[in-house]
Parts: sequence; structure tokens; C-alpha cells
Amino acid sequence: MPDPSGKVEINLIVNDEPRTVSVYPMARLLDMIREDLRLTGTKEGCGEGECGACSVLLDGLLVNSCLVPAIQAEGTSIKTIEEIATGEQLHAVQQAFITCGGAQCGICTPGMVIAAVNLLERIPEPSQAEIRTGLAGNLCRCTGYMKIFESVVRACQDNKQNIPAPVGG
Amino acid sequence: MEIVGHPVPRKEGRDKVTGQARYIDDLHFPEMLYGTTIRSTVARGRITNITFVGDIPWDEFVIVRAGDIPGENCVALILLDQPYLAGEFVNHPEEPILLLAHSDKYLLEEARRHVKVEIEPLPAIFSLEDSDNKKEVVWGEDNIFKAYTVEKGNVDDVWAKADLIVEGEYHTGAQEQLYIENNGVIAIASPEDGVTVWGSMQCPYYVHKALLKLFGLSEDKVRVVQVETGGGFGGKEEYPSMIAGHAALLSWKSGRPVKIVYDRAEDMVATTKRHPSRTRHRTAVSRDGKLLGMEIDFVVDGGAYATLSAVVLSRGTIHAAGPYVCPNVRIKSRAVATNVPPHGAFRGFGAPQSIFALERHLNKVARELGLSPEELRRRNFIHQGETTATSQVINEKVEMEALLDRAFELTDYEAKQQRFAESNKTSRTKKGMGFASFMHGAGFTGSGEKYLESVVGAEATSEGRVIILAASTEIGQGTNTVFAQIAAEALRLDYDSIEVAKPDTGNVPNSGPTVASRTTMIVGRLVESAVLGLKQTLIKSGLLKEDYSSDEFSLACHRYIEQHGPLKSFSKYKAPPGINWDDEKYEGDAYGAYAWAVYVAEVTVDTTTYEARVDDFVALQEVGKVIHPILAAGQIEGGVAQGIGYTLFEKVVWNEGRMMNNQMTNYIMPTAADIPPIRVFFEENPYAYGPAGAKGIGELPMDGPAPAILNAIEHATGVSINHIPLMPESIIEALGGDRA
Amino acid sequence: MRAYIPAYELKSLGRLTDVVSLLALEPGAWKPFAGGTDLMVLFESGKLDHKKFVSIWNLPELRGISVTPEFVTLGALTTYTEVQSHDVLRQEFPMLCQAASETGGLAIQNRGTLGGNIANASPAGDSPPALLVYDAKIELISSNGPRVVPYDGFHTGYKKMVMRPDELIKSIRLPRVTQAWKQYYRKVGTRKAQAISKICFAGLARMDGGVIQDIRIALGSVAPTVVRCSATETALKGLKPDASAISKARAELAREISPIDDIRSTANYRLRVALNVLEDFLTGL
Repeated sequence: MPDPSGKVEINLIVNDEPRTVSVYPMARLLDMIREDLRLTGTKEGCGEGECGACSVLLDGLLVNSCLVPAIQAEGTSIKTIEEIATGEQLHAVQQAFITCGGAQCGICTPGMVIAAVNLLERIPEPSQAEIRTGLAGNLCRCTGYMKIFESVVRACQDNKQNIPAPVGG
Repeated sequence: MEIVGHPVPRKEGRDKVTGQARYIDDLHFPEMLYGTTIRSTVARGRITNITFVGDIPWDEFVIVRAGDIPGENCVALILLDQPYLAGEFVNHPEEPILLLAHSDKYLLEEARRHVKVEIEPLPAIFSLEDSDNKKEVVWGEDNIFKAYTVEKGNVDDVWAKADLIVEGEYHTGAQEQLYIENNGVIAIASPEDGVTVWGSMQCPYYVHKALLKLFGLSEDKVRVVQVETGGGFGGKEEYPSMIAGHAALLSWKSGRPVKIVYDRAEDMVATTKRHPSRTRHRTAVSRDGKLLGMEIDFVVDGGAYATLSAVVLSRGTIHAAGPYVCPNVRIKSRAVATNVPPHGAFRGFGAPQSIFALERHLNKVARELGLSPEELRRRNFIHQGETTATSQVINEKVEMEALLDRAFELTDYEAKQQRFAESNKTSRTKKGMGFASFMHGAGFTGSGEKYLESVVGAEATSEGRVIILAASTEIGQGTNTVFAQIAAEALRLDYDSIEVAKPDTGNVPNSGPTVASRTTMIVGRLVESAVLGLKQTLIKSGLLKEDYSSDEFSLACHRYIEQHGPLKSFSKYKAPPGINWDDEKYEGDAYGAYAWAVYVAEVTVDTTTYEARVDDFVALQEVGKVIHPILAAGQIEGGVAQGIGYTLFEKVVWNEGRMMNNQMTNYIMPTAADIPPIRVFFEENPYAYGPAGAKGIGELPMDGPAPAILNAIEHATGVSINHIPLMPESIIEALGGDRA
Repeated sequence: MRAYIPAYELKSLGRLTDVVSLLALEPGAWKPFAGGTDLMVLFESGKLDHKKFVSIWNLPELRGISVTPEFVTLGALTTYTEVQSHDVLRQEFPMLCQAASETGGLAIQNRGTLGGNIANASPAGDSPPALLVYDAKIELISSNGPRVVPYDGFHTGYKKMVMRPDELIKSIRLPRVTQAWKQYYRKVGTRKAQAISKICFAGLARMDGGVIQDIRIALGSVAPTVVRCSATETALKGLKPDASAISKARAELAREISPIDDIRSTANYRLRVALNVLEDFLTGL
């Protein structure tokens, strides 16, 4: 039954849990995450896909959640900043952002962390150029990006150390 | 145990990287309404009619107009000229006229577009030239918010004796702070309970002071709480007083919590930007390259209301003659009114504008003298015992020559200069090296700190934890971390045993605004003495000896609190000895301490596209003592990136006083792909009155990039360009011809 | 957010036949909505006047890249990310891959589609100049069936197209004939990433013995639509790309394009940079 208000039910997986929300079909995925699901780690910076503060992973792909209408999130799996750490255990990228000063005011940080995690999933050992390109859709006004680049490099070093060496032969 | 000088983890770092940090738009109150602002569509005029049209259930809306204001309709700052809501007249585009609130924010947006404000336009002016020439008087009797004159020696006598007189004119544009979190607040207000505001801000006590006047309430009836703040850079120094007042007015009228969070378009079009400026230099030099006289005329465009322009102008004025010795100096400056939204605080606060002019101008002087830019500066750098333009005797050791040498070494400056000169002859991309040498004073100018009388408190708990009580805000720069480091070091306790209380005017004393590179140097010093006060109390009461372990400290706290009740200590600012400033003559010790710097830029100008890009940037500075190497470098890198944006990317496009490119799509800040490697180096020369020897650094990095980059572009192209932002569209004009 | 969200409709139908039937029912009443990277921006800034949309994002018929000996066919919903990672496109159509890599940031490239870019009809699009010189064909679909039209001439004026309101872009076909041609693509934007172009140039040339046998030049952001510069092309055919040919070509191109001042750049800048970029292209032949 269509809702007389024009709202529709959207079924999706958010951070590994099935969720159903009732929203206007053009509602932004960003608002659905922040307001309907109360996951406020995802931020709004510009509302036009420029700054990347609202970055989330949609079926594993980096997207600006401010540019995704709710109805297109039907049946998808969303991962937000709240799901990047495993319980108390921070993701290597998160730990590196703390260690290397990748976060200052913190408002771009959730989106930046998501973009960096996604970058390392795609390219485990990115070059400087790949880091810059991979993060070019996420604007930061505090750091001048240097400490963010360092954080990514640090995270991939830490990742490498944690990967068990191949056994046998 | 050493804590100062070491990269301890940022206090709120974990919350920020996990998305747990709560910013204003993340907070929600039961029964909360959303507020919005109806703004002027014209630059200057008289409001003749307001109508509420369309198919909108207007009776559901809370509507606030100027007449609803319970106290005074002015934003209390330096002058009281700016209204919260325009009554009869508007003086700039986007000036607030009326407020609306509703529980449905979508409907609120629809309603916003259905309030029709009719305004009869009046003649308006949009440039500092038109204001300076009084094409139309739009503020006071002469368009002048404030004027200063600095006099040293006798500049009038110098022109006749000079071997060479060099003149130049330099322009800088507006710049948007572009913090990634827009302005936002939530207010709960009622005549019975007073006003409480939570918000994104730099200066809770500024907001507090403004709300007292707006509502006519006593101090205890107003409470302002800073929540996690997503960047400020000066942009959240004065403007939060406005938006906080608006939300509080809507709450006062409706009896419900009201949230106002701007979207990006509103934040950019309606809130403050860096003051555009014009500087004229007339400089007398001897043939051997000594500065004999400097006459500087410095004008900033303040926009429609006074806001902070007087103090922005002050800092710009004092920094206008730079780290050089010149026996005869006259600086005349004024902040003038135009019908654009008021310009305001932005990192550097007037200094980047006047330093840009000076550091470009000195290259011109050098060229006309036939000296290299570095040689001219070497012959005129200030030293310990010599006096600045305000006749301040520099009492600390200053070694600008050594900084210059090291900066050149770090960048291979001279060799590269030669190499580029050769390769530029045949290449379509022209490369160049340029530098700027400068200083930046920390803390409020002149008597400012004395008037502020900042106070910091410290409280010990019975578990031996120490809580710092200050209104200084964490806005990304690391206030919480640095304060905890200073306190831990002073008490020889664990970094983790120090907490920094949330800035809440109901709970913390007024440690002054979080501006002017003062938080570490001035407030940090108060943190140091406040926590030492705790120790002294414990020692005096016989519970602690001079040499103690952290367990002994905890035990002493526990016992003290058992015996005497709460253990608190407060420390109030006292000027270091020998600081004298004459507000009338604008003479004397303008700042307690300066940071000194030489920045070097390596650039490429592509003569196919006329794009200039920075390939390498070295920032070398002497900052007293580095409290936290990562945070300090982060401040410098971030400031340099903003400086690069200011120079080559960020152009505000104006039309009739309104910003036309108020989107991140068309106001262009640098991305990760645009910023060169920024290499940061520090020299240390501890300042006796800074905590652990530290001086301020927050604003410093904003000063150097623009002149260093334009000096490099001049070296690359042979063309002298004296305005920023410098877009490819200007470079093409300057280079002339179809192809180099 | 400047839009009144309840006023907007966005249907998701799931089958291409249902979508084209809906478009046919009352032509112009419903408009297609792909990855949203353009429409959502207009929507949020309160500038999206049209209110009824049908989502085509989930239509499998509009997805995928297929290769035959004559053509590479890209479904209209091929994203910029998919363009960049396709081997045949990288080998034979590098300018399209470069355009895709310079469109927005990664998050935009994951959602922005080639069909959407064409239908958005912006003269500042990054891919259209490349599509023009590759001589792309556009396959349109409606309830009356498919038809194929050349991309050259597809845009008839600012935001105007030969596509009817009841039609959808189904795919884009690229003829596989230019692999051996010299290829040159340059976007001059406001910054290195996430930029809208001030000018955008794509050039293709078939050389033989140092002589230009055939040449195709397209420019974006210099006219109300992306344009093929046929007068300049004609002037260059049969010439060696030497100084005199370059000078002739510059003069011809200056006559042929008429850029304007806008919020991003000036007419003078666009014209002169277009000429310089043309020269760069020719110099490299």
C-alpha cells in the first residue's frame, strides 16, 4: 500500500543489520542515515557532492550519501563510519589518523577515514599519487592534507605488519 | 617524564576517528523546532513591506521580527551598530530581517521562499575605493570604522635624502574560511529560565556577552556551551553571536528548543570573510640597500558593519612594516564601510594582507636597487635591541639571517634559481623560486590582553585527576591536548590524569576568546600557573612535599578535599614586566612575543594554460618551544594550505555586494591533489613568559604563502603581479601576448 | 537543503519496458534519473524545477560494456569508474578513460554515468568532447523501439537534444577505427581534481608520412554545446603540422569558437587557452 504522504519503505542493510525505514523517495541517503537511523558519524559539509564529508560505502563502493536518493538504496548494503572499527579495536586507518595527526577539527574525518579505508581495500600499497587521487574527493580545511597522507602510509605499513607471512612452501 | 615536546595522542582523537564526536547538527532535543532566516535581497534600502504568501500554514510558524526583541537589537561587539534583525533599513545583501521556525524542516524551507520582503533600494557602494573616495556615505559621517597612524622618526624629512624612492600598490581579495562544518546552534530560551545556547563556536563568552544585551538578562541567566566544533579559522569568532541570538529569539517566542544550522550556500553567502585590502607603499632607500623611510597606506574593506574590523586593521597595521629596521616609518590605515556582508576574523587577522604587500614591495625595491631580494632583506633584518615600526624594542634573540640561510639550504634555493633561469629559456613551463620573511605577534594587540583579564581555573578531584577550567575552545588545533600537556608537565603527572572541561560559561571562567594565536602562549601560561596553584595549596597545607609521585599527589588531593572541601585554583593574566603600549600614539610593545619565519615556494607556471602551481613549499619558523610536534606541524601545514588557496584558488565573485559563487563547486579550495609537499621546520628559542617557552603559531602560516608564491611567479615569468587571488585569467592578462 | 522533498516523486520500476511505457504515457511528465550526481545537486540547491522522475539506476538493460569487432558498446549506466577499468577502452579510447578519471572524485565516478553525462547536456561535460571525436553513436529507446543517432549533432542548443521526451539513452557505441590515430585530451579546470572544466579539448589525428590525413577536434565549454571544430579540421587536412599550419589552425579556431565570460572563467582566457592547447596537440603530432 502506498503511503498517502508519498513516503516509501526502503529495505537495506546498514552496518550488517537489516533495516527498514519509511522515507520520501527523493530523501537523501545522508538524511536517512543521520536522522532515521540516528547514525550521526556521517557528516554533511556541502550537500552537493564536493566535500566528501558524507562518504559511505554502498555495496563496497565509495559514494557521497548526499547524492544518493533513498529509493536507490533499496536492497543495498551500506557501511558507515560507525562500523569501521571492530568493537573497541580501531581499524588501522583510524589508529594511524590518531597517531599521525590526520584528524584536527574532525568534521571531515569520518568521510576521510572511509575514503582511506576504501583506498586501501582497492590498492593495498598506494603510491603518493594514488593516495592524492584516492582522497581528492574529500576536502579538509585543517590539515593541508599532509598528515592525512602520512596516516594512510602509516596504516598500510601497519596492515602489512599484521598480515601473517605465508606458511610452508 | 617529558610530556611537553612529545606527540601524545590527541585528547578527543578516538571520538573523531570513530564518528562518535557529536557536533551541533548531531544533537537533537525533544520538541525541537528548526529555525531559518529571511534575508535582504538588496544591498542597501528601506524595508517597505513584508507579506506571507503561498499555500503555507502560516499560523503553525513561529515568526520573529525586530520588534520582538526583548533587549537591545544589536550584536554586542566593539561597536553596537549591527542589528540582529533589520528594522527599517538594510545595509548589505543577505542581512537578516525576519526569523521563522517550524518542526518540519522541509516545510520551513518551503515557507522561507514564500516570505516576500519589499525593499526600496538606496544607493550602495561595493569597493573600498568607492568607500575611501566617499562616493556615497553609507556608514557614520565618513565611512570610516577606524583609522590608525603609526609614526616612528620623521618620514617627511627622508625623501629628499634618499638615493631611491620606490612606490607600489598591492591588493588582496576576500577569502571564505570554509570550515567544513557550517555555523549552527541550538537554543532554549524563556523569560523564566533565561537563555542557554549550544553551538559551534570559538568564543563562548563573546556569545554570552551578546545574548546578555539582546535579552536584557543578568549574567547568571545566560549560559553558552561550545560543542565539538568543525573548524573555525576566525569564521566562528564573531558570527556565532548572531546565529545564537536568532535561535534564542525563536525559542524565547515559541517556548521550544530551536536549532539553526546553515547549509553551505547560506553560510558562504551570509557570514564573514577575510577583509579585502589595498596597500600603498612609498619607500626610501640608500644606494647600499638600507631602508631609510617607509610610508604605508593600508585600507581594508570592513563591509556594512563595524564588527571586528578595528582590531583586524590594528594587527594588519602593526605587521605592515615587517621584521625590518627602518628609522622612519609612517603607517596610516583605515577600515572602511561598504554594502557587503561584514568582513570578519580569519586566521592572520589583517596581517596576511599587509605582509603580502610588504613582501611583494621589497622585491620591487630590490629589483630597482639591483640587489637580490634576499640581499635587500639581509641588510635590513631586525635584531635584538632594535625597534619595530611601533618603536617596540625587540628583547629576544632574533636571527632572521640564520632562518633565511637554513630555508635556502632546505630548498636548494640558489642552485634551483639558476637551474630554472636556464630551463625557462626553452621550456613552455616556467619555474621559479620565491620566499617571504615575516613575523607574527601572538596574543591580543597592545593592551588587549590587559583588558581581557583572562582567567583559567584548575580543579583536582579526590582521585588526583586534574580538570582544566577554561573557555578556550578546541576547534581542531589541539587546545585540549596542549593544555593537558602543559598541566601534566607542570605537575609532573601523567598526561592521562589531566582532563579539560567543556567550555561552558556556566562552569568555566572566561579565559578569553580562542583567537589571535593566544591559546597556547597566553592561556597555556595561565593553565600552567593555575595547576601550579593546586600544588602550592597542597604543599602549604602540609599534605604534599616538593618532590612527589603521582600516587602521593592523588593521596594529597584526597586528603585535602576530605579536610577542606573542593580543591581549586584560579590564575589571572598579568602582563609580563616591561610591556608598555600607548593606545593613543599606537606606539610601544605591540605584542609580548613574535614568531619569526622564512617561507619558500617553488612554482611552475604553464604558459599553455596560464596555471600556476606550487611544486614544493618549505615553512621554517622560530616559535619559542614546540609543545606538540605533530599538532604544531599540523597547524603550519593547514595554514600554508589555506595560504595557497588564498593565493591561487579562492576567488570570491561579487555582484552588487553578494557572493555569487557561494558553493563548494565554484568557490575553489585546494583538494588533496592540489597541495604540494609542505615541509615544516621549527627553530626553538624559548620565550620566558610562554608556557614551557612556547609562543603562538596558529596564524603565522597564513602570512607567508601569498608573497612567497607571487615572488616565485615573478621569478618564473619575469612579470610582477601584485594582487591576489591570482587566477589563470589574471596571469594571462599579465603575461600578455598569445604565447610566451 | 533547499528543496521541498515531499513535492518530488521518484519511481523505481525495475524493468526497461515499464520505464519506456511510463515515459510514453505522457511524454515529458516523467524524466529519467540515473546516478543522481547532477540532479541531486540541483535538487538540494532548490533549482530542480521538474518534480517527477523515474529511476533507471536499476535497469540491467542499460548496464555493461560489450565489445564486437566493429564497436565497443557502453550501456548508458556505465559509470566513470567502469569506463576507467575496461581494458579495451583503455587501449583504444584512452581519452574517454582520461575524461572519466578527471570527472569529480572517486565517489562521483562511482555514481556518475556516461548516459547521464550526455543527457545532462552540459557544455562543460568532460566526456562529450572525447565522444564527439570518437564519432560515437547513441542508441535511444522508446516504446516505439530503438533508434540510433550520431552523437555529432545530438546536442542542438544549450541543454537541448534530438532525444525526445519519451526516449531514453540505451547505450553509446564507439567505432573501433581510431586506435592507431594520435590522441590528445586536455581538461583545463579550476583545480586538479573535482573541477568543472573551463575548457576541455579532445583531438584525434591520422598521420601518414608526417602529413595530417584526417583530423577531428572537439571542444567543451566554448559554446552552448560541446562542438566539433570542422572548419579547423578542414584547414588542417593534408598539411604537415608545422609552424605555418599551426598558425593557420589557430586563426581558424579563433573564428570558429565563441566562448563567453561566466562564473568560472573569461571569454579571453578560454579562447587563448583553447588556441594554445590546439597548438600543443598539433606540435605533438
